[in-house]
Amino acid sequence: MYSIHYFASVREQLDCSEESIEATDAIATVADLVKLLAARGGAWTMLANRQQVLIAVNQAVSDHEQALTGNDEIAFFPPMTGG
Amino acid sequence: MPTMIRIDVQAQDFDLAAEYALIRDIADNPGAITIFSGLVRELQDVAAEGQSLTLEHYPGMTQKALRDIAEHACDRWPLSVCRVIHRVGTLQPGDQIVLVATASLHRDAAFDAARFIMDYLKTSAPFWKKQVAGDKDYWVESRTSDHQAAARWQDDNNS
Repeated sequence: MYSIHYFASVREQLDCSEESIEATDAIATVADLVKLLAARGGAWTMLANRQQVLIAVNQAVSDHEQALTGNDEIAFFPPMTGG
Repeated sequence: MPTMIRIDVQAQDFDLAAEYALIRDIADNPGAITIFSGLVRELQDVAAEGQSLTLEHYPGMTQKALRDIAEHACDRWPLSVCRVIHRVGTLQPGDQIVLVATASLHRDAAFDAARFIMDYLKTSAPFWKKQVAGDKDYWVESRTSDHQAAARWQDDNNS
């Protein structure tokens, strides 16, 4: 299973903080996962916007080309604003 | 030089004097200690009592991201202590939000490393600010100037 987390404005707009998605051969990269989630329509389409939504795989910032394996933790969030 | 890196992400406030005393105690021959503290700004057009700032973070990733930034600073400058504290939760105008402290033999390393850590922290550590201002609330947008400040360290090979 992929463990998926959403933070800050992304979490609020999706009204979802986390979910699990079955790891299959069809979801081999971050791009595949984004495509699947964005296909839900509505606010979910924003996940495909690389400027608006950043992605971390196993708690390291990553990109759409990153390969996924089962048990990966994937997070979607807006650009960081700490400090 | 072995470096003591210490990172805390916490809801509670911190005591600058106590942090300074601790760093002074554990640093190896500290010729210079730089301490930066960031505070919650008060918005001008809203009553202070109607303001707050809530910090959300990504608990699994935050410590790791801050440690990575601190380790990069230690690779680049001869530091004996590198200390970061970042608060999370709801804060009020004037509250302390972040502390970055560095100790080194000389001031240039301590100043530059502290600034490097702050510049990267703002754009690479998974924190997000939500501002409450009277009857409105909104997520603080990331600033181009913060990204430029972090990028500057990539072009600058002279330090």
